[in-house]
Amino acid sequence: MSDTHAQTVAYVRDTMLPAAAPPLRESGAVRWLRENLFSGPVNTILTILGLLIVWFLVATFWDWFAHSVWNASSLSECREIIAATWGEGARGACFAVIRERWNQYVFGFYPQSLYWRPTMTFGLLMVALAPVLFSASLTIRRVVLVITAVVTLWAMSVLGAPVGWLLFSAAVLVAGLLASERNIAWLLPFSAIYPLLGVWFLWGGSLWGPIFVLVGPLLGWVAWRMLSGVSPLLATVAALLVTLLFWMGLAGEAARDAENILSLSIESVRSDRFGGFLLSLTIGVAGIALSLPLGIMLALARRSDMFLIKSLAVIFIEFIRGVPLITLLFVASLLLNYFLPPGTSFDIILRVIIMVTIFAAAYMAEVIRGGLAALPRGQYEAADALGLDYWKAQRLIVLPQALKISIPGIVSTFIGMFKDTTLVTFVGLYDPLKSMSDAVRANIAWKGIYWEPFVFVGAIFFLICFGMSRYSMYLERRLQRGHR
Amino acid sequence: MMTDVSASADPPFRLSMLVNDRRYRSLTFQVIVFILVMAGLWWLIDNTVRNLALMGKSFNFGFLFQRAGYDIPQTPIPYTSDDTHLRAAAVGLLNTLIVSILGCIAATVLGVIVGVARLSRNWLFARLMTIFVEIFRNMPLLLWILIIYAIFTEILPPPNAYRGENPAASMILFDHVALTNRYTSIPTLAMTHDPGSLDLGARVTFNWATIAFVVALVGGWFLRRVLLSHAQSVQDRTGERPLTWWRSLAVMVLPSLFLIWYFGLHLKAPTLQGFNFTGGLNVSNGLVALWLALTLYTAAFIAEIVRAGILAVSRGQSEAAFALGLRPNRTMSLVILPQALRVIIPPLISQYLNLTKNSSLAIAVGYMDLRGTLGGTTLNQTGRELEAIVLMMLTYLVLSLIISAAMNVFNARVKLKER
Amino acid sequence: MKKTVFLGTAAAATLLSGMVMAQEGSTLAQVKERDELNCGVNTGLVGFAAPDANGNWTGFDVAFCRALAAAVLGDANKVRFVPTTGQTRFTALSSGEVDVLARNSTWTYSRDTDLALDFVGVNYYDGQGFMVNRELGVTSAKELDGATICIQTGTTTELNLADYFRANNMNYTPVNIDSNAEGEQQYMAGACDAYTTDASGLAATRAAFADPENHIILPEIISKEPLGPAVRHGDSNWGDIARWTLNALIAAEEYGITSRNIEELVRSSTNPEVQRLLGATDDLGAMMGLDAEWARRAILAGGNYGEIFAANIGEQTPIGLARGLNAQWTQGGLLYAPPFR
Repeated sequence: MSDTHAQTVAYVRDTMLPAAAPPLRESGAVRWLRENLFSGPVNTILTILGLLIVWFLVATFWDWFAHSVWNASSLSECREIIAATWGEGARGACFAVIRERWNQYVFGFYPQSLYWRPTMTFGLLMVALAPVLFSASLTIRRVVLVITAVVTLWAMSVLGAPVGWLLFSAAVLVAGLLASERNIAWLLPFSAIYPLLGVWFLWGGSLWGPIFVLVGPLLGWVAWRMLSGVSPLLATVAALLVTLLFWMGLAGEAARDAENILSLSIESVRSDRFGGFLLSLTIGVAGIALSLPLGIMLALARRSDMFLIKSLAVIFIEFIRGVPLITLLFVASLLLNYFLPPGTSFDIILRVIIMVTIFAAAYMAEVIRGGLAALPRGQYEAADALGLDYWKAQRLIVLPQALKISIPGIVSTFIGMFKDTTLVTFVGLYDPLKSMSDAVRANIAWKGIYWEPFVFVGAIFFLICFGMSRYSMYLERRLQRGHR
Repeated sequence: MMTDVSASADPPFRLSMLVNDRRYRSLTFQVIVFILVMAGLWWLIDNTVRNLALMGKSFNFGFLFQRAGYDIPQTPIPYTSDDTHLRAAAVGLLNTLIVSILGCIAATVLGVIVGVARLSRNWLFARLMTIFVEIFRNMPLLLWILIIYAIFTEILPPPNAYRGENPAASMILFDHVALTNRYTSIPTLAMTHDPGSLDLGARVTFNWATIAFVVALVGGWFLRRVLLSHAQSVQDRTGERPLTWWRSLAVMVLPSLFLIWYFGLHLKAPTLQGFNFTGGLNVSNGLVALWLALTLYTAAFIAEIVRAGILAVSRGQSEAAFALGLRPNRTMSLVILPQALRVIIPPLISQYLNLTKNSSLAIAVGYMDLRGTLGGTTLNQTGRELEAIVLMMLTYLVLSLIISAAMNVFNARVKLKER
Repeated sequence: MKKTVFLGTAAAATLLSGMVMAQEGSTLAQVKERDELNCGVNTGLVGFAAPDANGNWTGFDVAFCRALAAAVLGDANKVRFVPTTGQTRFTALSSGEVDVLARNSTWTYSRDTDLALDFVGVNYYDGQGFMVNRELGVTSAKELDGATICIQTGTTTELNLADYFRANNMNYTPVNIDSNAEGEQQYMAGACDAYTTDASGLAATRAAFADPENHIILPEIISKEPLGPAVRHGDSNWGDIARWTLNALIAAEEYGITSRNIEELVRSSTNPEVQRLLGATDDLGAMMGLDAEWARRAILAGGNYGEIFAANIGEQTPIGLARGLNAQWTQGGLLYAPPFR
């Protein structure tokens, strides 16, 4: 608009009207409601439907929760208390069973005086996992490790851990925290020896066993270093042979002798004392940790251009993925003894872990194969261009990246497996969901208690799985950003 | 390390080339692995043979032809305790198939609804659906199976409650359906002119009426396709599409209506006689609970797959559809879902496989599936664990392979045809 | 990462080396070498075998295991209880996972022959019965035509039930359940008209109800269920040890030897049979590769048969079973231990 027209216009407002407040429908809560809940007939119906569902759920379960009893020694006492407080015929939850028997749901039949040991094991597990799982962000690491440290130490002292062990785990936790502040990679050696430590903490016995198991690969590594100048293939074979021979021939004897000279034992706990969530977590974590190397090998084999290797991998993976886990557990409990030399017989938990590992490895292989496929082709070509041989290329270029991409998938696999550990009930182990509840109900005092254990066990499963799935989603988003 | 050997003109073959020459090395490696695998297998089989000998057992499937001696609550094909273990296993397999197929269908429907609803603009509804998905995904399936079964047992009335002058419970849907804590009793179809049955042998029969209905429906569907393609050709020629819906409806429905009239088909409601409802079809709560639990659990996963699939379709697609004037629901069904399907189908296949495999938890609710018959009572009564479990695993494997093969064919059809 | 993984494998190897035990030689030698008896029991059946809150096992079957451990190893606590399900029990025994199976298993022809087990005797004479709600107005199993019946899968009861209804030309709908706890729940909710299992189990179940008087156990007992401990075929000496430990417990009751008066009887008893049994005169133990005092320890572990019965399932316990068929032959029961000589 130019000035020339200014005179031609008859009337121009020279002061603005004061701004009116927006209509009520366009602001604040009302607007939000209108846009999000009642924007059309369909939406309104959906909202009403949703409200009905919420109302129904609350109406059904509210009084049951509200009338819950936490202090009673038997179901009938619970019922009496509810009847006395809320009148005849009132419904109410009897969470007293959880108060009385929570330890069984959590630790199974693990000796009560040693409850601090599993607690410490899983506390330190977080430190060992930090460089693998929480390497992405310092903040998350800090939060996770501080919470872990506080909770672990508190729980350990409540459960009556000896001062020495309390100091030991405090030292490890603080060291882990410090390392995570400076350079998380410093924790990798701890992650490396953690599996052996964890086994020792949980099952107890002599520390010399794990130490000598560790010596095997060390000797193998020495052999490899000595021979790698001559021929890499020979060196690898020699390293494997030395390790295996040491494990099979010498390790046991040596551990016994060492134990006689200097005893490094803690009270040993047999695996038939394991139960509840301790059992679930042990099987889940061991299964995932052990299935990782197997899964990597299978994934590489499936992508190999050697026909025979590829077909064997495909057959194995598809076979395992084609049958239900429960049949594999049956194999563990009923058939594994057929397949091993006559007279060999070992622990059912170990057998279950073996079959769960095989099961998880097939799924893991598919997850890692996805990670391998997601790597840009240029990475492989660059590795070739540098003149790296196959194993070097995999070890230095391909796998570190592929595994990083696969972490969310690995976490999902773990969630699935952790939930599936409840199936061990069908082979006579005390899972937290069914067998443990049946064992609790086998006591006359708690006969007929049904919903409360479900709620308790379900809530714990939910917390663990939901937390992990959210974390893996976060990682996934982060990775996606990283690749943009 | 790996010099290019092909440059030099055919060096004579040396043994070390098996290790050092790239051409031979993979062969050597494969041979070694093959030998190791075979040795491992031989070791396992040898152990098994020796163990069997030690235990005084043999490996043979003769037990399948012995009398089973136990009863099964739900028998899709005729079965009594006098039949063989093989037939019991077949009944179990059919029960597995029934619950798996029902579960896959329901889980797909529910999963798609929930997945779409999670993206709804209705705040409350979307949140509710998110809660549903998270709750079901993050707790073990076994927990859901047990809870749902327990709800059925505890909340529904026993058949007894329907008895007497003033019953505590009453049948629903015009006195045709009775919900009890044992089963849901639904009416059966009865015919006044029963055409008899086609005997397929092994006491498996199909009523001729059933066959007639199947023929009528399939024929009607083909006729409808003919009609539609005719309409398409008319449209191509003249630019005007003839009205086809009433003709389609007629060819689909009329033959069935005729058959209903011809056979005198009617509903026969169940009645309470003695301890239980008889005359109707009693669908056991084990089946319903297992089906519901499998459906809800798998639907939560499918919902996430569907949601991810829809989000994977770029926003431009829906904006283009809106620009063309399509309504939101038409946009969803014509533009977004077909494209999302390509992302959805592959993970959907593995969900179907999971559901089928998870149906083996049926034992927790006393539903006699393959695992309950062959892998349960038969195994127990005969003590043939090796044979029974091997057979059971192979059956599940074949089932899985069939499902993935069928779904892969479907996937190939919806895949983006690149031109 | 890779190293972590590698060491994970190594950890498994430790576990393996620790837990795999090559078993050679006779069962007795293995048990002594291990210094522990592996005993297969029920995963949880009140009165017969159930772990308490601390994982200590108690029950009628458990007491037999303890007596056997006391006889062989000298310590009633040197037992590892291996919980077995109906499905895993016989495999656990035949594969050597357990040395003896005391899991209220019925002694049948095919189990004794085809499954290659040896039942060493009967520690409880049972029979399959039915329990119904009094309101149902049923007084005989013959009136159960068309009923829905709860039954535990994978047991002989399943076959007995099928046979019984077939023989009487009646129909029924089975509701297969996985564990006793579930069976009770189904029955209490009215999801089945009748609950069938061994009569002892019915009594135990009924005893735990809030209203036991409203449930009746029908008079028909439709099967013979001699429950007893079993060992593997092929090691007769071990079978003998298990058999005679059981017999020693039964004989002890017959001769009035209890855990309380046993020390006194060793010194003062003039009954030659008692003296032989308690190792005061002849060395009977040597014939089976045990010492002379094996039976004394077995009886001391939990008392004689009568004491075990009374402590775990007898009328003073919540389960409240009467002795019935399980009384001594002198009291009109079926318990009849062969002579110790």
